[in-house]
Amino acid sequence: MTITDVGDRTAVTGHELRDRAFRLRQRMMAMAADKGEGYIAQGLGIADLLAVAYFRQLRFDPAWPDWPERDRFVLSTGHYSIAMYAVLAELGVLSEEDIATYGLNGSDLPMSTFDETPGVEITGGSLGHGLGQGVGMALGLRLDGSPARVMVELSDGELQEGSTWEAAMSAGSFALANLTAVVDCNGIQADGPMVLAMEPVADKWRAFGWAVEEVDGNDIDQLCRAFDALDAHPDRPKVLIARTTPGCGIPTLMARERAHFVRVAEGEWASLIEELEAARG
Amino acid sequence: MADVLNRAGGMGEVAEVAGPYEIAPFGNELVALGRENPDIVGLSADMSKYSDIVPFMKEFPERYFNAGVAEQNAVMMAAGLAKVGKIAFCATYAAFLSRRALDFIAIACAHSKANVKIVAGSPGLVNPYGATHQSLEDLVVMRSVPDLTVIDPCDAVELRHVVRAAAATPGTFYIRNLRGKVPVVFDEQDFTFEIGKARLLRDGTDVAVLSTGFMTERALKAADAARAADVSAAVLHIPTIKPLDEAAVLDVAARVGRVIVIENGLRSGGLGSAVTELVHDTGLDTPITRIGLHDRFHPCAAQWYNEREFGLDQDAITGAVITGVWSGR
Repeated sequence: MTITDVGDRTAVTGHELRDRAFRLRQRMMAMAADKGEGYIAQGLGIADLLAVAYFRQLRFDPAWPDWPERDRFVLSTGHYSIAMYAVLAELGVLSEEDIATYGLNGSDLPMSTFDETPGVEITGGSLGHGLGQGVGMALGLRLDGSPARVMVELSDGELQEGSTWEAAMSAGSFALANLTAVVDCNGIQADGPMVLAMEPVADKWRAFGWAVEEVDGNDIDQLCRAFDALDAHPDRPKVLIARTTPGCGIPTLMARERAHFVRVAEGEWASLIEELEAARG
Repeated sequence: MADVLNRAGGMGEVAEVAGPYEIAPFGNELVALGRENPDIVGLSADMSKYSDIVPFMKEFPERYFNAGVAEQNAVMMAAGLAKVGKIAFCATYAAFLSRRALDFIAIACAHSKANVKIVAGSPGLVNPYGATHQSLEDLVVMRSVPDLTVIDPCDAVELRHVVRAAAATPGTFYIRNLRGKVPVVFDEQDFTFEIGKARLLRDGTDVAVLSTGFMTERALKAADAARAADVSAAVLHIPTIKPLDEAAVLDVAARVGRVIVIENGLRSGGLGSAVTELVHDTGLDTPITRIGLHDRFHPCAAQWYNEREFGLDQDAITGAVITGVWSGR
C-alpha cells in the first residue's frame, strides 16, 4: 500500500476512515493489554484524528519513511506513543512483531516516542518541544520550495508550556502557511482535569494570527470538513482544535475519571476489547 | 564607574584588545560557509548584533531567522531546520542558552544528533551586566549533556576554524563565541584545528598549564614569564572541552610536577573538574591547581575589573604558574 499520491482527498470515504480509526483502536488495545497501565485513554481519544491525518491529509510513503518530500507529522506528546505505533503498524512501517514489544524492557518502542523509531519525527516526551520544531521544519521546507507540509500534534495540557506560545507567535509572524497544528483537547492532564483555565483556546490561536477550526475530534466527518476549511487560508498557519473524549470507543474507559494514566485490572482487558468490538456496532 | 563599564567590554565584547584582532570572525566565517553551502542557515533570539551574525543576516536574509526574545524557540527552530536538512547556526547569549534553553539543546538537538551549532556569546565573565548575563556555568552544564560537542576557542583564528569544522561535522555543537574585536593569538599560516584534539603549544617540565578559550593567551604569556623565573611551563590548549583529549592531558600531566587548569568559567564542574577527574581516576598523583570562577554570582562590572577582583587577570595567572599558588578568591 502506498499513499504518496493522495490525489483527490474526497475519494477517501468516511466509512474507510472510520474503519481505519477502529483498527487503530484495536491495535492500541492489543499493545496495552496485559501491561496493566498506560496512556491508552489518550490513544483511543486521538484515533479518529490520526486516521484522518494519515489516511486523508498527509503525503507519506510507508515504504520510505524518510522520503524527503514527505509531509511531516510531529507528535509532540511523546506519551501518546501507543497511538503513533498503532498508526505506523497500520501503515506497515512497523511490523506486528515490532509493536508486540511495546513498552517492554529492551524494546525499540518505548512508552514515550524517540526519533530513532522509523516514522517518528521528534523525541517528544518533554512537552512543549513539538510546535517550535515544526516551525523550523516549515521554515526549512518553505525555503527549499518544497511542497511538503508540517502537521504538529499538541495536547491541551501542553498548551501550558510557554515554549508552545513562543512557537505559535513566531509561526504567525512568519506566516507559515505550510504548518498545521492539531490540538487534542481531551480535558485531562496528569493531575486530573485541566488545572488551569485554558479557554478560550480558539481565541488564543486567532490572536496569534492562525486560522482556526474547532470540531468534535471523534467525528470523522467533522474532522474532514475542518481540514478542508483550513485549506482556504493559504496565507497563514492553521490549527484544528479537536475536542476528544479520553478512552473513546470503550464506554468503561470513557467513564473513568482518572483517565490520564489508566490502570486496568488483570483480566479486565478482554472485556474492554469486547466492548470496543461491540461499540462499533 | 558607569562610563568605564560602558567603554570596557560593552555588550559582551571581549575587553582590552591590545594586539592584532579581527572583527566579527564568527559572522564572517559563516558568510563564507554560506556562499559554499546553501544548506547553512542562521538564527538568533534578538541578539543578532551582539552575536556577530549580522554579516550573514545581511548577505542571506532569506536564510536568516530571528526568533525574537525567545531562546527556547530559537533552539527549537534550529532543531526543526536541521531535521529538514539544514545546518543551523543558532547564536545568542551563552547565559540564556545554557540556562533557559537547556532542555531544547539536550533533547531537541543533542538527543537527535541534530545538525545544530549553538553559538554562545558573552561566555563566562565577559558580559558586564552581572548575574543575569554572565554565563559562569555554561561549560559545566554543557559538559553534562550526552552527544554534545563543546568547544571554547581561544582567538579569532581558532573560532573561524571551529565554525568551519562544526559545519562540516554532523551533530550538535556548543561553541563559545567571541565577538567584536577578537584577538588574534595564533598564526593562520600554520594553524590546524581538529575536533577533540588538544594542542601542546609549549613544552615544559616543571608545570603544565592546561587552558581553554581566551585564557590560553594568558597561559602563553604566563609560561613565557615563568621561563624568565626559571620555571619550565608547558601549555596545553584544550579547545574541545567535550570530548576531552584524554591522551594529551595524561601525557603532559605525567611529565610535570604540577598541573594548572585555567578557564573562564566555574572552577567546579568545567574543564578543571574534567582534568582532575581524569588524572585522579588514572592514578596519577600530580597536584592540580584549578583557576576559574567561584560559586557565587559576580557583580555588574567590566570584564577586566571582575577578572582582577577574582584572580583571572594576567598577574594572578602568571603568579600561579610560577609559584603553584593561586591568589584568586
